[in-house]
Amino acid sequence: MSQYKEIALNGLWKQNTGVVQLLGLCPTLAVTTSAVNGMSLGIATAVVMACANGAVSPVRKLVPDEIRVPVFILVIAALVTIIDLTIHGFAEPLHKVLGIFIPLIVVNCIVLARVESFAAKNDPLPSMFDGLMMGLGLTAVLTILGGMREVVGKGTLFSGLDLALGPQFKQYVITVIPDYHGFLLAVLPPGAFLGLACLVAYRNWAEMRNTQPQANLSLQPDH
Amino acid sequence: MKDIIKNARKDALTLVTFAAVFTLLMAFVYQITKAPIEKSEAEARMALFAQIIPPDMHDNDVLKDTVTIAPNPLLGNKQPTVANRARIKDQPQAIILEAIAPDGYSGDIKLLIAIKYDGTVSGVRVLTHKETPGLGDYIDIAKGNWIKLFDGESLTKTNEVEWKVKKDGGKFDYMAGATITPRAVVKAVHKALQYFEANKAQLFA
Repeated sequence: MSQYKEIALNGLWKQNTGVVQLLGLCPTLAVTTSAVNGMSLGIATAVVMACANGAVSPVRKLVPDEIRVPVFILVIAALVTIIDLTIHGFAEPLHKVLGIFIPLIVVNCIVLARVESFAAKNDPLPSMFDGLMMGLGLTAVLTILGGMREVVGKGTLFSGLDLALGPQFKQYVITVIPDYHGFLLAVLPPGAFLGLACLVAYRNWAEMRNTQPQANLSLQPDH
Repeated sequence: MKDIIKNARKDALTLVTFAAVFTLLMAFVYQITKAPIEKSEAEARMALFAQIIPPDMHDNDVLKDTVTIAPNPLLGNKQPTVANRARIKDQPQAIILEAIAPDGYSGDIKLLIAIKYDGTVSGVRVLTHKETPGLGDYIDIAKGNWIKLFDGESLTKTNEVEWKVKKDGGKFDYMAGATITPRAVVKAVHKALQYFEANKAQLFA
């Protein structure tokens, strides 16, 4: 069971895609104007990653080394298309909010990176779990970053929850600062860079504080 | 040499197999999501229409009663667009035009304008825009009620020179710090009304 524990720890903290590997920055920076947007894209990415890892791992021995990248991309692109169509069909308002960023999960290099560095070398179940954990690690970062930008920029938290889940969730939108006039910088692209930098700095600080000198032999991606 | 060809053949076959399997999978999902996607898109469009034409203004299927409009400088459309018509017992009540304001602060502002048969505005909504968040985006109903200023306006109620924002000597309010955006919207609505007056007969033909 310790293998799963390590995978979870890697995905959520040690090798966190958002603040350690810094892979997939395009959606990280573009979508996180609110907590709900960040969370929605994070979950969509996590689902794609779990499915992609789960789909590649069982066939990893059938795929010759030379053509593994095109095959992996094919698998990822197909899965993303399927998820895109599903969201469009069954959650139209969410599709409107996330717009082009769902198809863009294909080019999020973190998906290919995990397929390549984990699923291509491990059994299906751990692979799926790795994809899911890496995805959830990214989701956490996107949600926190989105929440920070939303509170500072607009004074609310979880606005748009009703778009993602249905009108009855409108009551959960929190107005953190009433009568707030907004701080535009936080919502515009520079706010994403500043917010992400704060998160990276916090993570480094936390890591430095509680790391005893021990070798980090965890699953480094090989690029 | 033989080995190379053999290997290449094997690789190609693998790739083709994967492509075929996943294409089939996608085709399958496309088939089962096709109907829900069309349904939810129609629902979203109808919900938008319902904001600008009250339900008692039509007894026809507004989504299906359409007329195609060729590119026209007054509407700003460079491609033919589709306008929807509302009728009661086949009597024309209103038309929903798509108009583009090309002179927003950052790019086109796409508007949906419902005009009653008598030439008054029933409602206006912004479909898409790229205006600055927090500054120019109050034209969006999600951010403010500004766009409702147009409800009940017409070419007769407000004369030519007053179809401007207050800063330019017209009658339309705007928010300080963002004048270009409302100016573009006012102009686009004004031009759409002119288009309607000039083409009323053909629009409901």
